[in-house]
Amino acid sequence: MPTSLQSMPRADDGAPVSKTENIVEVRDITKFYGTDVHALEKINLGIPVGQMTTFLGPSGCGKTTLLKIIAGLLEPTSGEILIKGAPVSGPGPERAFVFQDFALLPWATVLRNVAFGLELRHEAKNEREKVARHYIAEVGISGFEQKYPHELSGGMRQRVGLARALAVNAEVLLMDEPFSAVDEQTRRKFQEDLLHLLAVEKKTVIFVTHSIEEAVYLSDQIVLLSPRPGRIHSIIRPEISRDAGPDEIRRDKNYLDHVEEIWQDLRKYLE
Amino acid sequence: MATTIGLSNAEKSEASAFGLSKITLYQLLSILGLFALWEIGGLVPISVAFPTFSETTVALFEMIADGRMIAAYADTLKPLLIGIGISAGFGVTLGVAMGLNRRFQWFWEPIFIVLQAAPVAALIPLITFIYGIGLAAKVVAVIILALPIIVLNSYKAVRNASASLIQMCQSFQGTRLQQIWKVIIPNASPVIFAGLRLGVAAGFIGVILAELLITPTGIGDLITYHRSVAEYAEMYAAVFSVIVFSAITVGSLERAETRFFRPDKKVGR
Ligand SMILES: Nc1ncnc2c1ncn2[C@@H]1O[C@H](COP(=O)(O)OP(=O)(O)OP(=O)(O)O)[C@@H](O)[C@H]1O
Ligand SMILES: [Mg+2]
Repeated sequence: MPTSLQSMPRADDGAPVSKTENIVEVRDITKFYGTDVHALEKINLGIPVGQMTTFLGPSGCGKTTLLKIIAGLLEPTSGEILIKGAPVSGPGPERAFVFQDFALLPWATVLRNVAFGLELRHEAKNEREKVARHYIAEVGISGFEQKYPHELSGGMRQRVGLARALAVNAEVLLMDEPFSAVDEQTRRKFQEDLLHLLAVEKKTVIFVTHSIEEAVYLSDQIVLLSPRPGRIHSIIRPEISRDAGPDEIRRDKNYLDHVEEIWQDLRKYLE
Repeated sequence: MATTIGLSNAEKSEASAFGLSKITLYQLLSILGLFALWEIGGLVPISVAFPTFSETTVALFEMIADGRMIAAYADTLKPLLIGIGISAGFGVTLGVAMGLNRRFQWFWEPIFIVLQAAPVAALIPLITFIYGIGLAAKVVAVIILALPIIVLNSYKAVRNASASLIQMCQSFQGTRLQQIWKVIIPNASPVIFAGLRLGVAAGFIGVILAELLITPTGIGDLITYHRSVAEYAEMYAAVFSVIVFSAITVGSLERAETRFFRPDKKVGR
């Protein structure tokens, strides 16, 4: 693949419109851990701006690896990541990560945790706490500003992690199985809150999940990965109308067909 | 790493479950039981050289009242404070550096592991040979006992710092310095403090050993003198005071830690 188009002005080179809309481009990403663990093989992928993209696939297929490479937290063995057309190495302000294990500072209050990204950028205390309070309210945990993480439930901790990622105002949110540590009710509530929030905040989200239903329910684009070494098996765009209520969507024929189709695909890997 | 922290957390959750008074009650019972055993042991008597608890307490208060104890502590505390100060400052710095940098670790780790395993009483003649019988020798005795524990604990604390928190800091573009000050050190502080507490306790052993084996001064002198004139109640009072003093110091260190470094641990108490 060409590495000659490093410079920004790609919009004028007559490329298809869909390409210019990709805020993140994954180019030929291959990842080996050591010499023999082959985690990813030549992944090519575009992440459309303002949409929700989900990585789905069997356990160990490299979803977390791919997400962390996009985040700049892991070095790919080869290939490159482009953000708005420019190659990046390492984390950057346009991306924010929501960790599967929350990764909250146990010795800091909710307020300080949410403001932590801004603290690292040397923003004034007043200023960053104002921003933090705004997002604490937005994810629905107002009143818990002065609590410590161990005083919160799993679902609330995950909201703190989400608020922290929102507070730095990154365009791309990277979420690694954000709902895996919470119960089913919290999960559904959280999914709806997330959809609502994203409609307001206009973020691009890349989301790792194990749940087919969750992927179909939330995503604009589902990337199905095959088992190790992870390759792209297929890309599915469910195109489910979000106008209907959550319960109607879950009974929608289109929704159910997609769930069934993906299940048939994934089932092959289990046998 | 998890053992010390896990334990104190368990204690604390108990405190919130049953209320503070119950914990204090059990702690008091434990101490009283010990004193009662001591009293019985002294009454039997186990040996003529073993006074009862009450005799010892009376002797202790006499010695405090006539100023002997206070003068002795003034002597003993000097090498102890200097030694602990040096061990804490140098030990935590070196330990943290070892945790952050492999080369430091490779170079220093064997030295401190050997030091920690060495029978220090046997080294004391060597210390006198090099440092004489003055203050320096006693300070060195304190350092030899306290430093390895402090270094090794600090090093392990930093080495075991949460990888996920470090990655979180990276993902928000924290610099290496921010990572060290805002994540690694607070994360490691419970184990660093556990090492400091152990180091202080070891420093007490070092200074008393030095006072018994090098030149009798301070508390070591009180112990040696009263033994030589067969005033066992006074001798045990001196020993007992060291234990109490050491326990109080170590306890206040723990309080200082929760107060200044880990406010989260205070919650629920
Ligand atoms: N640090 C590492 N060193 C060696 N191998 C690793 C490392 N991290 C991951 N792997 C391997 O790479 C493969 C992909 O791992 P990854 O964590 O990306 O999978 P995943 O799709 O996120 O799995 P899961 O669904 O279970 O979270 C796995 O086989 C895993 O064993
Ligand atoms: Mg994973």
